[in-house]
Parts: sequence; C-alpha cells; structure tokens
Amino acid sequence: MAFLAWLECRGVDGVGGRLARLTQATGRRLVAGVPVLWLLLLFLIPFIIVFRISFSEVRLAIPPYTPLISWRHGAPSLELYGSAYSFLFTDPLYISSYLYSLKVAAVSTLCCLCIGYPMAYAIARSGAASRPVLLMLVVLPFWTSFLLRVYAWIGLLKNNGVINNALMYLGVIHHPVALLQTDFAVYIGIVYSYLPFMILPLYANLEKHDMALLEAAADLGARPLRAFLRITLPQSFAGILAGSLLVFIPAVGEYIIPTLLGRTDQLMIGRVLSDEFFENRDWPVASAVAILILLLLVMPIMLFQRLERRQLEAVK
Amino acid sequence: MNAPTTTAAADPASAYVRIANLTKKFGDFVALDNVSLDIRRGEIFCLLGGSGSGKTTLLRTLAGFEAPTAGTIHIEGADMSAIPPYERPVNMMFQSYALFPHMNVEKNVAFGLEQEGLGRAAIRRQVGEMLDIVKLGGFGARKPHQLSGGQRQRVALARALVKRPKLLLLDEPLAALDKKLREHTQFELINIQQRLGVTFIVVTHDQEEAMTLGQRLGVMNHGRIAQVGSPCDIYESPATRFVADFIGSVNMFEGRVSEAEADGVRIECGELGCALRVQRAVSCTRGATVWTAIRPEKINISRQPPAQAAGADNAVRGTVREIAYMGDLSIYLVQIESGKVMRVTLPNTTRGAERPIARQESVWLSWHGSSAVVLTE
Repeated sequence: MAFLAWLECRGVDGVGGRLARLTQATGRRLVAGVPVLWLLLLFLIPFIIVFRISFSEVRLAIPPYTPLISWRHGAPSLELYGSAYSFLFTDPLYISSYLYSLKVAAVSTLCCLCIGYPMAYAIARSGAASRPVLLMLVVLPFWTSFLLRVYAWIGLLKNNGVINNALMYLGVIHHPVALLQTDFAVYIGIVYSYLPFMILPLYANLEKHDMALLEAAADLGARPLRAFLRITLPQSFAGILAGSLLVFIPAVGEYIIPTLLGRTDQLMIGRVLSDEFFENRDWPVASAVAILILLLLVMPIMLFQRLERRQLEAVK
Repeated sequence: MNAPTTTAAADPASAYVRIANLTKKFGDFVALDNVSLDIRRGEIFCLLGGSGSGKTTLLRTLAGFEAPTAGTIHIEGADMSAIPPYERPVNMMFQSYALFPHMNVEKNVAFGLEQEGLGRAAIRRQVGEMLDIVKLGGFGARKPHQLSGGQRQRVALARALVKRPKLLLLDEPLAALDKKLREHTQFELINIQQRLGVTFIVVTHDQEEAMTLGQRLGVMNHGRIAQVGSPCDIYESPATRFVADFIGSVNMFEGRVSEAEADGVRIECGELGCALRVQRAVSCTRGATVWTAIRPEKINISRQPPAQAAGADNAVRGTVREIAYMGDLSIYLVQIESGKVMRVTLPNTTRGAERPIARQESVWLSWHGSSAVVLTE
C-alpha cells in the first residue's frame, strides 16, 4: 500500500491508480462477501432443505421423510409430493392458527405503536442530557432473561396472582378474574416484550426531525396538533413502518409467550409448527407450515423496502 | 397604546410595528436588553449585527417563538403578548428555509392558506399567482430536494408571502446563495416587496446586503440597538465607535478636544502626529477625550504635499507598506510617522495609470475637514 501511495504522489496515476482501484475492488468484495457467506450458510441452505422436506411425505425412518430421489427399476425418479400443503388447507386447525397469529400480531403491533410513539417522541424531545438515560431505561429489560420476564407475568396474572389479589383486597372484584390463558395475557406479553423494538427505530427517526419545520408550520398558522399530523407524522412514516415490522414479524411466529400465557384452545402458528416437529414427528407438514409463515412474512418486508425507498427519495 | 418608548420614536401614527422596552433573557444571558424600535408600514427594515448580537432573538420574539422576559410588541396597535405564533399576522422566512421535504412546491406554498380554511379553488389560484411572482411558474409539482438553492429560497419566500402577512420576517434570506445570485436576488426581493407592499424586517450579518435592501437599518450589539437610521446616516454619521467600526472600514484615532467652536472642533491627536480640524457641529467640551473616524475612501494620497502645506491640520506624511489591487479599487496601507498604519482606498479610474504609487514610497495623506466624524462614545 505504501508503494501505491508512493506511485500516486509521483504522479504515476496510470499504474498506481489502476492498481489502487483493483485492490479497492477486492477489498469491497471481501467486505460484502462475509455477510453473503453468512446468509448463504445459515439462511439459504437451511431454507432449501426445509423447502425440499416440505415436498416429501412422512415415513417411519431416519430421517422421517421420503428421499428426494428414489431408485425404481434401476432408474432414478424424482419424488415430489404436495400432500403436506394440501393437508394444511384441509384441516381447519392450520388456517385458524394462521389467522389467529396474524390477528394477535396485528393487535400487538398496533398497541406497541400507540404506546411506543409517544414514548419515542418524548425521548426525542427531551434534553440532550436525559436522552441516554431514557434510552437506557427502554433497553434495560433486555438485561434479564426473556423467559424469566414472561414467567414473571404468570405470577402477576394468575388467579391468585398479584393483580387479582390486589383487586380483591381493594374490593374492586370479589372473585378472581381469569387473566392468564387469555388473548389479553398474550397481548400483554407481546407488547411488553417487543415495545423496545418499536421505540428504538421510532426514536431514531423522530430524533432527526428538523424542529424548524414545526416552527414553520406554526408560523403558517397550524396549531400544534395539526402541525404534528401534517409534518411530524408523515415524516416519521419510515420509523413507524420499521418499528411495526420489527414487532409484527417476530410476533406472528411467537412461540414462548402464547405457550406460557395464552389460550390452550387456540394455538398460534409457532406452537403448531413446533408440535408438528416434536409431537407428531411430521417433518413434511412442519416444513410446509414454516414455508407458508415465511411467505406470509416476506410480503410485508418487501412492501416495507419499497415504501422505504420511496420515503428516502422524498427526503433526500 | 401607552407603552413608553425610550428611543427617539417617529410620529406614533406611522409606527406600524412598535417594539417597546423588549428584554429577553436565557438564564443569565441577556439576549435582548431593553430594545425599543418602531417599524413603519411598507418599509424594509434591516437588523444588522454580528453573531450573538440579539438580532435573531428579536426576530423570533416578533414571530412569537420566544416569549419576551419584559416589554411589549404591538402590530397596528394590537398587543401581541398573548398571541401564539399560529395566530399572529406575521410570517417568517427561515434561514434554513424550513421547506416541508415531503410536500411538493405547490403543497408547501398552499400549507398556510389551508390553515385558514380557504376553498380549494381560491388556494389554487393564490398559490399559482404567488409562484408566478417568484418566477417558479412551472415548478409546482417538484419536491424541495429537486430544486436549486435559489429556487428553494423563492419557494420559502412565496410560502410566507402568500399569507399576505402584515409583517414578513426574513432571517438571513440570502446567506445560503452564492455571490452573483445574491446580488440579483436582492433587487428581486426589493421589487417583490414594493409590488406587494408588505412590511419586511430582514436580519442579516452582511452589511452590504443590509445597505442594499434596507430603507432603514438598525445596528445591534450585545442585545441593544446601537443606532437606527438610513444606510447613508449609518455609514456617514455613525453614532458610536462600534457602529463606525462595524459598518465598512475606518481609521480611528483617540484625541483630546483643544478648541470647540460652533462650526467645528480642533483635536490634538498624539496617535496621528498632526492636529485634526473637523468642520462639523459636535457637542463636546474642551479637554474631552473623543475618537475621530475617517473612512479610507475619503483620504487623498499624493506624492506632493497637499495644498494645506506641511505642519497644517488634516495632513500627515507616511510610507506605503502594502498595496492590495482589487480591480475596481486599490487599498493602500500607509504607515504614518507615529507608527500607526492607516488604510486608504483609491478607485482605479484610469486604465494603466502612469507611475502608480509604489510600495515603500513616501506619500502625503490628507482629507477634508468635513470628512472626519467625531465620536464621544
């Protein structure tokens, strides 16, 4: 490199410049190559395996599904079955689980947005000194195990838990209210656990807003609420979208929270998936469930990317 | 209106905007210190000052973004104290322009009218008219990021003017433009102002801009108004040493009044090495310490002793130390016998002048008795 720099200052741009560009190009490829390799090994290849299993049939063997290529009469033949997929659409359990998961994720995302937006806004508008402290408080729950925190909610929500006991002591209720194993408990669990994922991207967005724009809006006659709706809200759209997807996507596939806090008569799709694998040992159906979740989630991500690109163009 | 004013206020009837004893403190920092100022209807008033002089704070207080610690602002006799920015008949053009990045030009300009609840057709018409005035007729559908700096500046102007404010505040309106465009825009701004008859208050740190734009200037320093007057008043008759020094360049000498007569004073000045005779009525007593300011362009430079002859008043000998050729004029730095360096500018009126004065040459500097200004504070 020192040699190249020397060439460059000697004005030998033809050789030095080309060499420098060449090493720069390899360097760039190397930097980009690491994440590509990571995604290839840990995402694409497992995905292909799961995709392939989803088109096989279950059998009692190790591994518990039919091979891709079987030898029949000395000739290789491709064995592809769609039975796992058709099974998903014939048994109402799967469709209702999918829909229920989408509903839970959507409601939780909306709750996170309604709670997270004012919090992110307040942090972004607070003094430069208190901002790091407030952000720390948002991230603080991550220092405790996720599982432990969800378990703690059981202690709060159960029939003789903290909330019911307190309400009964105060005389608000006379019999314990069933809080645990309800939709309500799942919403609480998800909103509580995922709120930081909503707040942080929103904060990152709101913090960058130019306060002069709000002054300009006020100057032009907009009351504070109108200025918020016309200026701040549209400009924070990218943050709302990022936060919502960060909550919505993992919430759809959430396994632990509904298992510990949720209903037993209505499962979320993550639980169905794990049951297919570990209880029924039906790998093809489990794989088909996984592929369909993925398809369901890829769509909002693609939508997000398109909108974000448009938003970026607008702001630049 | 019973607000007391401390400055020599103009005829109260012509005071369109009356700022009375306005004080603004940020903690211990006094940004505005008992400012009183009258603005006339339809004028361009320039607030000129360095950074931290309080000019922007005064502008923001007029817009309603800062609440004054004390004092009042009246516009057409109406007290603005309790009126929030969104209800004031005042609009502001921000230094950063503060255009809404997610709206196109038309939407930006229409925003203010929409807040008034005007009909769609009326808004469209007024926005169209205003965009024509600022020569952005075909740009309505563009987003701010698709415009040049000059175009953005005009969108900001149109957005503020379309509301037909009683008072338009412009915060460094031309600071972000390059020099050529700035000169052009200055005249365009005056043109638009005269067409619409809106009263302008312009904040600037650029004295050239203030002199061109402003019918009257207010020079600010440390939160106070140092002087208010026409550009000519401020330049030719500065009231204080600060103003004389801030506007243009000046040669300043400390001296003692030796003779005080009705038509002028004579000042003994050790720094200068000669006596100064100033032919202007100055209110000062004999023996008082005063400062005399002489503008560089009002000094003659010659090889021969001037008509007043050696040893007379208002003439000194010196040696040219530096010459800066600026094209239209040349700046001479001349060291006089006392050691002090004086600044003299001469216009280069003839092309390729014969034997121009060279560096290290011995010269005479002289000026007319009416050219110097005597300052007591």
